[in-house]
Amino acid sequence: MGKKVTVLGEVRDGALRNVSFEGVAAARTIAEDGEVVAVLLGAEVKGLAEELIASGADRAVVVENEKLAEYTSDGFAQAFLAVIEQEQPDAIIAGHTALGKDLSPKIASKLGSGLISDAVKVEVEGGNVVFTRPIYSGKAFEKKIVTDGVIFATIRPNNIQPLGKDDARTGDVSELTVEIKDLRTIVREVAKKATQGVDLSEAKIIVAGGRGVKSEDGFKPLQELADLLGGAVGASRGACDAEYCDYSLQIGQTGKVVTPDLYIACGISGAIQHLAGMSNSKVIVAINKDPEANIFNVADYGIVGDLFEVVPMLVEEFKSLLVEA
Amino acid sequence: MNIFVLLKRTFDTEEKIAIANGAINEEGAEFIINPYDEYAVEEAIQIRDQHGGEVTVVTVGNEEAEKQLRTALAMGADKAVLINTEEDVEVSDQFTTAKILAEYLKDKEADIILAGNVAIDNGSGQVGPRVADLLDIPYVTTITNLEISGETVTVVRDVEGDSETIETQLPVLVTAQQGLNEPRYPSLPGIMKAKKKPLEELEIDDLDLDEDDVEAKTKVVEIFLPPSKEAGRVLEGELNEQVQELVSLLHKEAKVI
Repeated sequence: MGKKVTVLGEVRDGALRNVSFEGVAAARTIAEDGEVVAVLLGAEVKGLAEELIASGADRAVVVENEKLAEYTSDGFAQAFLAVIEQEQPDAIIAGHTALGKDLSPKIASKLGSGLISDAVKVEVEGGNVVFTRPIYSGKAFEKKIVTDGVIFATIRPNNIQPLGKDDARTGDVSELTVEIKDLRTIVREVAKKATQGVDLSEAKIIVAGGRGVKSEDGFKPLQELADLLGGAVGASRGACDAEYCDYSLQIGQTGKVVTPDLYIACGISGAIQHLAGMSNSKVIVAINKDPEANIFNVADYGIVGDLFEVVPMLVEEFKSLLVEA
Repeated sequence: MNIFVLLKRTFDTEEKIAIANGAINEEGAEFIINPYDEYAVEEAIQIRDQHGGEVTVVTVGNEEAEKQLRTALAMGADKAVLINTEEDVEVSDQFTTAKILAEYLKDKEADIILAGNVAIDNGSGQVGPRVADLLDIPYVTTITNLEISGETVTVVRDVEGDSETIETQLPVLVTAQQGLNEPRYPSLPGIMKAKKKPLEELEIDDLDLDEDDVEAKTKVVEIFLPPSKEAGRVLEGELNEQVQELVSLLHKEAKVI
């Protein structure tokens, strides 16, 4: 029997994040022949609803309110709960992003539901919706089901394949008016310091540096390579502890767990804690002076050499490849 | 200031993970305070030193967790509470833990509750926000700075690299992100003092809860290890040839560029 699934679309800098389309695909799997209802919350988001429908949602519900211009857990919870109250879904999907991680436990608590966080796969097996999620930062995995309340999960960016876009798809876009009140947290200021718009958790390509980059300046060639490939820069704990870069770039068991298509590890030795954060990347390249470095054990391709020689050469080589293409 | 820290005992980050009888094998493993909870303990101590009051560290687990609680006491926390669920709770999830913690905290008149933003074992990050919701207090997750002035709390929150400055009021629950502070190591006098500090042990019965009240809302159906990654090719030849070969492999063989 088909299910009704609501999926929270997430907007950043006026555009839908990729994880929203991945969420629609996950919702489609769960819904089977049921209905996928996309939800958009914000000050001015209605214009993005069509894109979610083109990506596989059947219709969309939009809550627009000035008080939703900035994310707050109270504001977004009131709006999302109003939609859930109206739609009475069988399942709810959100992204395992800063927003989804912050909001979803509150919603689950309000609904008295279980919540499965950080799912990388969703399947329907014998009537159960089964989510696969990493534990111990990807050193192991578990399959999990919700046994009480609404089926509710957050999905990790970059793991579930979005459905193709079909601009001919149409669906109803309805608005719901929600009074947003009693906000107990107020966003005073937002300082953007993320690298050139590519978010580490959603990046398809990551160029990461370790102690081997030696200084803050040492990250410059890595940044150049990342920019050229449309990727993001990451770091090992060693590089962060040595203050070569900000902790927000840290990948590993403490820090972010990433699964890009391509991970280029530069001057990273490959401590077990770092490997936990990146070893599920699709393709791993290691560049390290030390041929014995642990990182070579998980790398698909390795170059033994000085990253300050290799990375600039890679930049030149990729440039000529991209010119040809 | 009445300060509480939610703490979890976790596997040491150095540990390799093995599975025995369908569960994670804990035998012989080293355990630590969840690293993100260490930031919470440190911040709690700093708040107390600045504003006065008392730091109580609370965990839900079994008696093995006493060791991690003593470590927090040695760092400088004043009191510890172990809610021992070994006898009563067979299967638990984030709801279970949050419900137990909230029942414990509900009449404690906490001014501020600190926790790690995520535990490195189960990695869900749900317990903090769930506890705040059950106590009906505001929360801010993944914070990297915290200042309290009167009843006003100003925090900086890490949002995937951006930082948001957020203002809220006591009582509040916050979860720590890396960069919040530099957790101290317990000093030798600290370790000695910790042995005499109060460590209260409770069971869910003491909180007027029974097993049904905290029944998990999710269920693990399988645990498995990822396929081990085979070491790949280390390229050879002149460095510029290696670089050319690598780019070509990424383009033609791996097809990621």
